[in-house]
Amino acid sequence: MSLAPAARLVESAIDVTAPARPGAVAASIASVATGTDLDIAGLCKSFDRDRPILSNVSLRVPQGQSVALVGSNGTGKSTLLRCCLRLIEPDSGAITILGRQVHALGRARLRRLRAEVGFVFQRHNLVAQLSVLSNVLHGAQARHSGPRVWYQALAPRPLREEAMHCLELVGLADFAARRADCLSGGQSQRVAIARTLMQRPRLMFADEPVASLDPNAGEEVMELFADLIRRQNLTLVFTSHHIDHALRFGDRVVALRKGGIALDAAARALDAPTLRQIYD
Amino acid sequence: MTDMIVQPLHAPPPRLVRPSAGIFALYVGVGAFFLFSLYGSNLSPAKLIDGLPNMLRLVGEMFPPSLERLQSVGGAMLETFQMAFAGTVIGVILSVPLAILAARSLTPHISLYYAARWLIALFRTVPDLVWALFFVVTVGLGPFAGMLTLVVDAIGFCGRFFAEAMEEADKGPQEALSALGAGRSEIVFSAVLPSAMPSMINSALFTLEKATRASVVLGLVGAGGIGIELKVAMDLFQYDQAATIIIGVFLLVLIVERVSSILRKLILK
Repeated sequence: MSLAPAARLVESAIDVTAPARPGAVAASIASVATGTDLDIAGLCKSFDRDRPILSNVSLRVPQGQSVALVGSNGTGKSTLLRCCLRLIEPDSGAITILGRQVHALGRARLRRLRAEVGFVFQRHNLVAQLSVLSNVLHGAQARHSGPRVWYQALAPRPLREEAMHCLELVGLADFAARRADCLSGGQSQRVAIARTLMQRPRLMFADEPVASLDPNAGEEVMELFADLIRRQNLTLVFTSHHIDHALRFGDRVVALRKGGIALDAAARALDAPTLRQIYD
Repeated sequence: MTDMIVQPLHAPPPRLVRPSAGIFALYVGVGAFFLFSLYGSNLSPAKLIDGLPNMLRLVGEMFPPSLERLQSVGGAMLETFQMAFAGTVIGVILSVPLAILAARSLTPHISLYYAARWLIALFRTVPDLVWALFFVVTVGLGPFAGMLTLVVDAIGFCGRFFAEAMEEADKGPQEALSALGAGRSEIVFSAVLPSAMPSMINSALFTLEKATRASVVLGLVGAGGIGIELKVAMDLFQYDQAATIIIGVFLLVLIVERVSSILRKLILK
């Protein structure tokens, strides 16, 4: 497909800043006062000088909205999320998260900002040799430091109980004492989500959170993840290759192509065949 | 069934690849230096053949081994292992912070990285006996000098391998903790050390085996342990007692290696 139909879709995007889910309406009203949770302006990033991954990308996400980032492999979805937290340093552009200009933050302030933003990776990234509870407890490193948040055995009672509560939310309380490398892929990703909840984030990024899971486990984990986000009324930006997931779990769909935004529309205004064209 | 004969369109590649001129020169150079080294080592098969009767006489005098000083030999053997064990444990513990400084991805500053790397290299490259002589002069004769030698030896060995294990530790958990705002020490203790731990335990057990073997020799320069007993027995031509000590050393090293191997399997499975 040529880029033109997608460009038309950008023009015809239907009120992309309005949250679709009912729970987010109040948050949307609040966002008028608090501003947007994520504001990207003119973001550029290239690993190879001749081939920019992201070229002048701008995106604004109001509080409480769920945005699905879609696009073929190598279109910069993961790079965009990583640039937001400066896990990868952007070449240029301005990123504002929760009212703070990310590019201007020093090391300590950047850490404080990261503490407020949850990040679920494609690979669960658990510490394989530690117990499930210790891995969940690590989420508290966003707020605390020192040995009490290294291992569950050293953690004070309130933190252990909070970690257990997060495990209950993802349905894995019975697995608290198990080693992380004894879990299935779906269970590991749920533990990673519990770790992120332990962080008490205000904004959530998820980079293809179910890409490494089989379809059933992927469906189950995505349902659970979206439900938790909805109940906590968090802003979510997630990348996905599942068109179905993008339409079901996103209020808004943003498609990346050739380093730029090729489509930005409310999910309810799109259907699967239209969205599939972005991969052609 | 008859073999099917097929005629491929393309000829197979040559069985051997002709080396380049540079590689060929390298082979010739290494071969020439080997011959030069044999010359420098006074290689003499005639001397070896002439010495065979002496060797047989020595072995003959060693048997049966004497059990006369078994208690004293047993005590020295225990002291040898105590030196090895204490030296290894202290060396392994001290290696951890040094290895963190010597791991490029974890060091707080590049100057600390180079300082730690140089210190570890110094500890590793200077031979045990030289360190033993140094510590005998420093703290006097006895097992304490031997233990200090083994501490230095353990740091030289473990410092390097611990640092490499930390550098090779799974980067995923480190990125996840970094993304949630964790500090450097949190990342090191929560993600790097647990991931590197199997490899570190492996290195520590090898260090114990190495230290047990080394502690036998340290006695030769007065740094405690069974080595001094062996030297005295050989100097006084008490070959039957020397045989007892050699068998004792053999058993000690064998037991340590076996236990270490079992522990390795249990811990790393």
